[in-house]
Amino acid sequence: MPRRDDDKRSRRDDELGLRRALGDRMLPLLVAAMTFLAALALAGALAAAALSAHWQDGAASAVTVQVPDPDQPVQTQADRPEETRLDAVLRVLRSNKDVSASRSLSQADLSLMLRPWLGATAEVAALKLPAVIEVHLAANADEAAIAAALAGVAPGTSAESHGVWVGRLSVLALSLQACAWLALVVVVVVAALVVMVATRAGLASRRDAIEIVHGLGATDGTIAGHFARRITRLTALGGFLGALAAVPVLFALTELAAPFMTRATPLQGPGFLNAAWLAQPIWVLLPLLPAVAGTIGFLTAQATVRRWLRALP
Amino acid sequence: MIRLENVGLRYGAGTKAGPEILRDISFSVAPGGFRWLQGPSGAGKSSLMRLLQLALRPKRGTLVVLGTDIGTAERRALPALRQRIGMVFQDFRLLGHLSAFDNVALPLRIAGRPEGQIRADVGEMLRWVELTEKADRRPAQLSGGEQQRVAIARAVVGRPSLLLADEPTGNLDDAQALRLMRLLGELNRLGTTVVVATHNDALVARHPGPSLRLEAGLLVDDG
Repeated sequence: MPRRDDDKRSRRDDELGLRRALGDRMLPLLVAAMTFLAALALAGALAAAALSAHWQDGAASAVTVQVPDPDQPVQTQADRPEETRLDAVLRVLRSNKDVSASRSLSQADLSLMLRPWLGATAEVAALKLPAVIEVHLAANADEAAIAAALAGVAPGTSAESHGVWVGRLSVLALSLQACAWLALVVVVVVAALVVMVATRAGLASRRDAIEIVHGLGATDGTIAGHFARRITRLTALGGFLGALAAVPVLFALTELAAPFMTRATPLQGPGFLNAAWLAQPIWVLLPLLPAVAGTIGFLTAQATVRRWLRALP
Repeated sequence: MIRLENVGLRYGAGTKAGPEILRDISFSVAPGGFRWLQGPSGAGKSSLMRLLQLALRPKRGTLVVLGTDIGTAERRALPALRQRIGMVFQDFRLLGHLSAFDNVALPLRIAGRPEGQIRADVGEMLRWVELTEKADRRPAQLSGGEQQRVAIARAVVGRPSLLLADEPTGNLDDAQALRLMRLLGELNRLGTTVVVATHNDALVARHPGPSLRLEAGLLVDDG
């Protein structure tokens, strides 16, 4: 008996017969596909933004200093007869206010860097290698002046800035980000068009019923409300299904992106970041997609129906 | 209550406008009045009824219904007026997916009446049209006469100020037609303005009353 009452109530609430006119398969399926694409586009936009910021943050101010013959004594400084060229360079760096941090790589670090070229068993210590120092500069530091000061105490010392390739990467990341946002806008527009077409089909198939309730005194708001409620349910359902389908794909993409989350410096020092950091915003936004889909459905249905009703007196 | 002055109506607009199907129609019906609307098929009776039901607006002239000039009224003012008008259509115009009960309840739900009052009023109307036992049936499960009775119950359940009936007895047997005419008379005596369109001269002869006669879109008799 309660089931019969529920059936009666749902039929009563469906005065325009929209459950049949706006079926619960095609529209949710299309919206699910749109939501899936939106989730990917959103993840792409957020990842590109995070990568861009991360690269700039980690490497824009980074400089690699190479000191040839690091263990040789400094020739020109009589007051420090025991000081090596490496010590002299580190002293200059640490006393410079434009240098925020500097770290000389150990033999183990150098072995790790050279392993891809020389192999794991290479006797790095036997090679005559320069000392390598990872340097982070303060904002607006004068890189040329620092390089000149280093060459002054240890001739032949070179300082290589990472700003150029970081700039190029940033432009690439920004371009990817713009494409992702554009794709997201296109998906939203297409979703709204899909809802509009579905609503118009519903209006066409229920024209007689609409004219009857309109003639009995139903307002535009009442009629549009019937459509909007039905469409909102269907689009929110589609949004939920699409977001659900995106979860495993986003997990896989997060795993694939993990190697790119190290600091953007060729010297892989401390600072590996958890891959979840990149994806964190998408996990916050993903549950909101069904609500966004429902909102798009509601607004599009309201606008479409009200516009259609203006043709009636 | 109803006043028409030189009302003209044509379907379509601009270059797609058709010929005038109602021309220079002028008459009035006082509150609580009754009018037969007679004329042969194609005379314009249904179009005039649609004008009075506010399903159309006149292309020219003045149409006043329930004290409102329909030609100049804002669109948003019309739903409240329509809720005060009951209409019995020639083709019933019931909603096929709703039960007889829900079809009759429709005007009350649109008007926002409480569900308890709706159950009582609809139950009373269904008893009057002898369809209590078939309240859960859908229109397709009812005969033509039963559908007509549901349509009549829907038109009067809200106790409208103006009741319009377009060929209301077309699908009724003599006994049902007599009951309907008695109901219309009773509503009219209680203050409801009633306009009944028919091409059944015998029906008019059995229930004499003031009559309007349309021929080819023109009002040829107002008495």
